[in-house]
Amino acid sequence: MRRLYYELNESLRIAFAQIRANKMRSMLTALGVIIGIVAVTLMGTAIKGIDVGVDRSFSGFGDDILYVTKWPWRETEDWWNYRNRRPIAYDYARQVNEWIAQNPSSALKIAVPTANRQTTVIRGEYRLNNIWTLGTSADYSRITRSDLKEGRFFSDFEAQSGTNVAIIGFDVADALFPNESAVGKTIRIKAQNFKVLGVAARQGSFLGLFSWDSMLAMPITTYRRYYRVNDDGEVRVQVDSTRMVEARDELRGLIRRIRQLGPEKRDDFEINEQGTIRAQLDPIKNGIALAGLFITGLALFVGAIGIMNITYVSVKERTKEIGTRKALGARRRTILLQFLIEAVAICFVGGVAGLAIAGGLSTLVGVVAPSFPLVFSAGLVAVGLTISVLTGVFSGFAPAWQASKLDPVVALRYE
Amino acid sequence: MTPPFVQSDHETRVVRAPGALVIEIEGVTKLYKMGSETIHALRGVTLNIRRNEYLAIMGPSGSGKSTLMNMLGCLDTPTQGRYEFAGKNVATMVDDELADIRNREIGFVFQTFNLLPRSDALHNVELPLIYAGISKHERIERAREALDNVGLSERVHHRPNELSGGQRQRVAIARALVTRPSIILADEPTGNLDSKTGVEIMALFEQLYEQGNTIIVVTHEEEVARHARRIVRLRDGLIESDGPAN
Repeated sequence: MRRLYYELNESLRIAFAQIRANKMRSMLTALGVIIGIVAVTLMGTAIKGIDVGVDRSFSGFGDDILYVTKWPWRETEDWWNYRNRRPIAYDYARQVNEWIAQNPSSALKIAVPTANRQTTVIRGEYRLNNIWTLGTSADYSRITRSDLKEGRFFSDFEAQSGTNVAIIGFDVADALFPNESAVGKTIRIKAQNFKVLGVAARQGSFLGLFSWDSMLAMPITTYRRYYRVNDDGEVRVQVDSTRMVEARDELRGLIRRIRQLGPEKRDDFEINEQGTIRAQLDPIKNGIALAGLFITGLALFVGAIGIMNITYVSVKERTKEIGTRKALGARRRTILLQFLIEAVAICFVGGVAGLAIAGGLSTLVGVVAPSFPLVFSAGLVAVGLTISVLTGVFSGFAPAWQASKLDPVVALRYE
Repeated sequence: MTPPFVQSDHETRVVRAPGALVIEIEGVTKLYKMGSETIHALRGVTLNIRRNEYLAIMGPSGSGKSTLMNMLGCLDTPTQGRYEFAGKNVATMVDDELADIRNREIGFVFQTFNLLPRSDALHNVELPLIYAGISKHERIERAREALDNVGLSERVHHRPNELSGGQRQRVAIARALVTRPSIILADEPTGNLDSKTGVEIMALFEQLYEQGNTIIVVTHEEEVARHARRIVRLRDGLIESDGPAN
């Protein structure tokens, strides 16, 4: 054991002496690994970033919400089967809430009606097109996960009496009221004045996915006064997330009853959840990850070949030294370790440098483009270092094995 | 405690009484395959070497001298025959066992010194002790002692390229001594040195012999072989003569 420890010490000493003695060569070889590690870790941060971006975009809506809609969220090829469905009436929400009030053991918690469309929002000379405008009830503030940065949500009274009030998203507020508070100010939608009651906290968006930041909410009574609700009507129901399946069945039965569907009729509505959208994103995400890691992995592979090559050169150059060491009593293991450690040392140094560069780059991206999600984590550092050490072992093994097998007689005679 | 010295006939040099058997070689042959040809490097050599001997192995090139040296140094194993080193059967040993025997029992001195160029004298001498698993403290102590013994206590931290040829060979000899081996095996130790330095190195061997070391020198120079007490001459893979030097 002690002997192995001394041998390891000696191997480390040789490895670093060797790197010092061949600075240029070691640096160039390490460069291959550096590039590989930078590519792989940046890819890793980007993939992690996709997850975070998706999460961030969805964070306004909890996983415990079921969406009753006319159209399914998944891709469909038989759109004609859905086209003629009756709209989801905003009154359903009231009926669901009544049911919940009568059945305390229900897995459903609260329902809110929503309707949405794109509108144009104007304030003075500022004009914003295609703003997602949501009509809903005051209960919406209880099921949403996003907080208000300032102001308040509209009250039950304001919602029912259909006053012209609005809650606006962070980006909307930023565009219409740069450098001032939007709360209490007036905006115009469809030539009507709306008073801004609150501004939602910044949420961020990713890949152009839907985000609260560019939204606007108003009481559904107000919404119905200006827009027709038919296709865009939906009911969002918050449920007990520990009884998801039960809640889904209960809600389905309830909606069927409300819509007076006979037992022989098929559902003419959909119950969606966020998981559906995520499930659709997953294959895309996995595809990006797979292709990305494969391509960046190739860069690392090229680096590994460089290490292997240089270790072969090193073994060749030092054949006589290997012979001498063997004559002095170095076992096969000793020689194997010596060259393996040399290869690993170069890879490790390259890995550390690569991680430092990747860390610097992702910090830079974070400063320059904060909305671009790159996630650099301690786990990634650990993975990066492990990969670089494994690269060293992988690429150093063949030459080190060859060195350890050298016949001392032949090695000593080598010039 | 004085070892029993035997005075030789015409020179005033000491001959120490031979001790226990270290090397026992009997009927050893070695074949090499060179392409389709088989070369008989050794054709049946029998040789005993005892502790306290100072032996020279001589022979022209192609005589099997190098092969015998590799065999004696446990760098190679015989194709046929018996080889026992200090009672242990070397002929059937595997690589790592041979490495351990070399480490413990044999101190090599090469014609080209074979020092590690980037390590100082001390580390070069320390090296066999690392492979022996000896602690850092003891290693340094023993390496300094060995360097002192060859007269290089002032050059401990010099690298090979900062030393003269003779000094390099002294470092190599210190490295051979440091494990306190059973034999010191020197292959043309003066081959790369000028004649004056060569004489100095041979004087050092003389001193080491008198201190109680067993020395085998492989050489083709009569000049060098004359320093030994016994000369073994090889020709065509066989021992031609084996007797005291005079």
